[in-house]
Amino acid sequence: MSEQLPEIVVSILWAGVLAYAIFGGADFGSGFWDLTAGGDRAGAAPRARIDRSIGPVWEANHVWLIFVLVFLWTGFPEPFAAIARTLYLPLIAAATGIVFRGGAFAFRKSSTTLGEARFFGALFASSSVITPLFLGAAVGGIASGRVPLEGTGHLWTSWINPTSALGGVLAVGTCAFLAAVFLTRDSDRDGEAELAEWFRRRALASGVVVGAVALVGIAVLETDAPTLADTLLEGRGLVLVSLSALSGGATMWALARRSFTVARLPAVAAVSTIIIGWGVAQYPWVLVDEIDIDAAAASDPTLWGLLIAFGGAAVLVIAPLAWMLRLSDTGALSESADRPDSSSAVLERLRSESTRG
Amino acid sequence: MLPVAALTAPVLAAAETDLLAARWMMALSLGFHIVLACLGVALPTIIWIVHRRGLRNADHDALLLARRLGKVAAVLFAVGAVSGTVLSFLMGLLWPGLMGDFGDVIGLAFAFEGIFFFLEAIFLGIYLYGWKGLPARIHLATLIPIGLSGVFGTLCILAVNGWMNTPAGFDIDTYLATGEVTDVDPWAAFFNESLWPQFAHMLPATYVVAGFGTASIFAIGWLRGRRDRLHRLGIVIPLVVGCIAIPIQVITGDIVARHVADTQPAKFAAMEIHEETGPAGLALFGFESGGEIRAKVEIPGLTSLILDFDPDATVTGLDAIPDDETPPVNVVRFSFQLMIGLGVAMLAAAAWVGWRWWRTREIPLGDGFVRWVVVALGPASVLAVWAGWTTTEVGRQPWIANGVLRVSDAVTDNTVAPFLAGLIVVYVGLGASAWFVLRRLAARWNAGEEVATPYGPRPAATPAGDVDTSPAGRERVR
Repeated sequence: MSEQLPEIVVSILWAGVLAYAIFGGADFGSGFWDLTAGGDRAGAAPRARIDRSIGPVWEANHVWLIFVLVFLWTGFPEPFAAIARTLYLPLIAAATGIVFRGGAFAFRKSSTTLGEARFFGALFASSSVITPLFLGAAVGGIASGRVPLEGTGHLWTSWINPTSALGGVLAVGTCAFLAAVFLTRDSDRDGEAELAEWFRRRALASGVVVGAVALVGIAVLETDAPTLADTLLEGRGLVLVSLSALSGGATMWALARRSFTVARLPAVAAVSTIIIGWGVAQYPWVLVDEIDIDAAAASDPTLWGLLIAFGGAAVLVIAPLAWMLRLSDTGALSESADRPDSSSAVLERLRSESTRG
Repeated sequence: MLPVAALTAPVLAAAETDLLAARWMMALSLGFHIVLACLGVALPTIIWIVHRRGLRNADHDALLLARRLGKVAAVLFAVGAVSGTVLSFLMGLLWPGLMGDFGDVIGLAFAFEGIFFFLEAIFLGIYLYGWKGLPARIHLATLIPIGLSGVFGTLCILAVNGWMNTPAGFDIDTYLATGEVTDVDPWAAFFNESLWPQFAHMLPATYVVAGFGTASIFAIGWLRGRRDRLHRLGIVIPLVVGCIAIPIQVITGDIVARHVADTQPAKFAAMEIHEETGPAGLALFGFESGGEIRAKVEIPGLTSLILDFDPDATVTGLDAIPDDETPPVNVVRFSFQLMIGLGVAMLAAAAWVGWRWWRTREIPLGDGFVRWVVVALGPASVLAVWAGWTTTEVGRQPWIANGVLRVSDAVTDNTVAPFLAGLIVVYVGLGASAWFVLRRLAARWNAGEEVATPYGPRPAATPAGDVDTSPAGRERVR
């Protein structure tokens, strides 16, 4: 077991990346549609929808990033330090985006005038695009082998290069696509037919764009990130890429048929398979062409500790998380005005009991 | 020789500027985050007490207060989450020397902290949005895991900070000789000897800050004439929470001081401006100037007596600490005194509240008390926390991991100075926005309106009976 320990920890780390890409990604994408929803009047309905859909969940979805960071620096401290040294510019930009996004979303939620809501909304929405763009660019730097283990890689070209550009655009695009699919279904569930149609058109359009970018991306990787491209386009990598393409197609088909609840599954599958594909393609490298998993891994006791932390998380977190996602999915966490407070019912009962007694 | 010196001098100067900038970035981020973290840990408990009272006593005011505090907590928690994320980025970006060498030693504590933060975020989301869709009792119960997560999260973070004060969980001798980290034991690193004293001192601090801070805000409203039951509850309940926590914090502070004297003599000598190794007196006032301690008033033997129950017990003095391992004495001394002074003042206020309650079964809300004492308690508690963290962090200098790794060896080679300005702008913007939004919310509440965010312009004139039932319309009229 202990020989496979680094691999197991890397798999868990990757599961965190996957969760962040899907749950966090859908939140980022919601920001993209918020940004492009148009003026006050036209954009009011989608913005209210976005706020209701991601309000209860965004904070929890954000934690996946912290999970990934912590697993990376604990399980693979040297590559983490190398990434922090070389990619510090895009990482600072992403962190700034995260700050503005999280703050502004909460501030908009509590805004009392349209002007305030507009200001914080613009901040929230634009940083929702900036953050995945820079995270994607940083990922591109790692995937194309531009982060050296020792010393500091080029401060600019390590994240301004063809693979990084592809990573950034794909990150923003997949986020937008996922969000549009989820929001279409949420609108449909709440009987907002017009809004569902509005998001459906955007889901279809973004699906086409992301698919096209991914196709072009293969050529980019061939020239700019050969180590990655070689594995991605043969064997298991190729299977995953094909699955992703098929899932993307299935999503479009479901959207075309207006099976919105169904459409979510292949949409998640399309994004998941491409991220797993990237993981498979990069295996066994932690920093491509620099250091592999076994060499980069922390000592065994620490890796065991991480497994225990993960086990603890699985026991403590999964049930509440599932409960929250379920509540959110069924609309139990919506603040719709036509339903009374549950506590006011308790108050009424207590009051009537006390007057009777 | 000369040209070489001329070449290296500016380089060294730049590196030192960056080290200073990195330290300020860390101090600024921690100072910003610690206030929000305190509120994030302890405010849910206060909300739980208020909310529970509302349900038990059929108290509408208490329920309304719980709901409003929940909205405030949502804003603060969101800001705390992002400032916490910034910190986890900064740990890597600013201190690759620490994270590269010791990431695997102390990372586990962060991993566990992540779990509790996750739980907190999940249940907070459910609590904040569950007023309508959840049964009242289950809704109330969601606050319990939020409060517990705060407690355990605090434990994990103090494991990291405790480790920096008393590094453990690896072979220190081998590391000092070769720079290799060997024999890693992450559990020994987690349960380092500073963990429990620091935890026992910091956890009550979160309740002091959240309790006194909240009471302080409502006391300002009280003084402005909003003397309703909601404001009374908003003062009394958090005030009592703070008053219960402050004596615990003062007692555990004593434990921490003894522990510091044992494990970090340089820090203790600076705190007490104790010059010569030997029996130590309790120093009142005093500062360092030109290598000498001035204006010190000493009660002979008292520190030795407190530490070892023996007035002649030897305490390490500043003279025993090499120059390049001596912390900036004045900063440590001043912040330590400030913390002690504020702690004693808050304890006195709490004692007076307790005394009055014991005599009259009522919390005194006379004007003088509210104006001077309750309003001052909030800022005092925050200042005390800042002063305490300054004492422990600056007192450890020049070490990032005490006796093992210097701050200057852990800092990044990158240019960070320009980002300090950016970080200041970000925090000022974030803090000012949060303050602005909370003020606007309070203004609306005081005007008797619960708030819904407008997402579009109000319809120019909706004829009676012609109700806009679209989602946007519902949002607008709510």
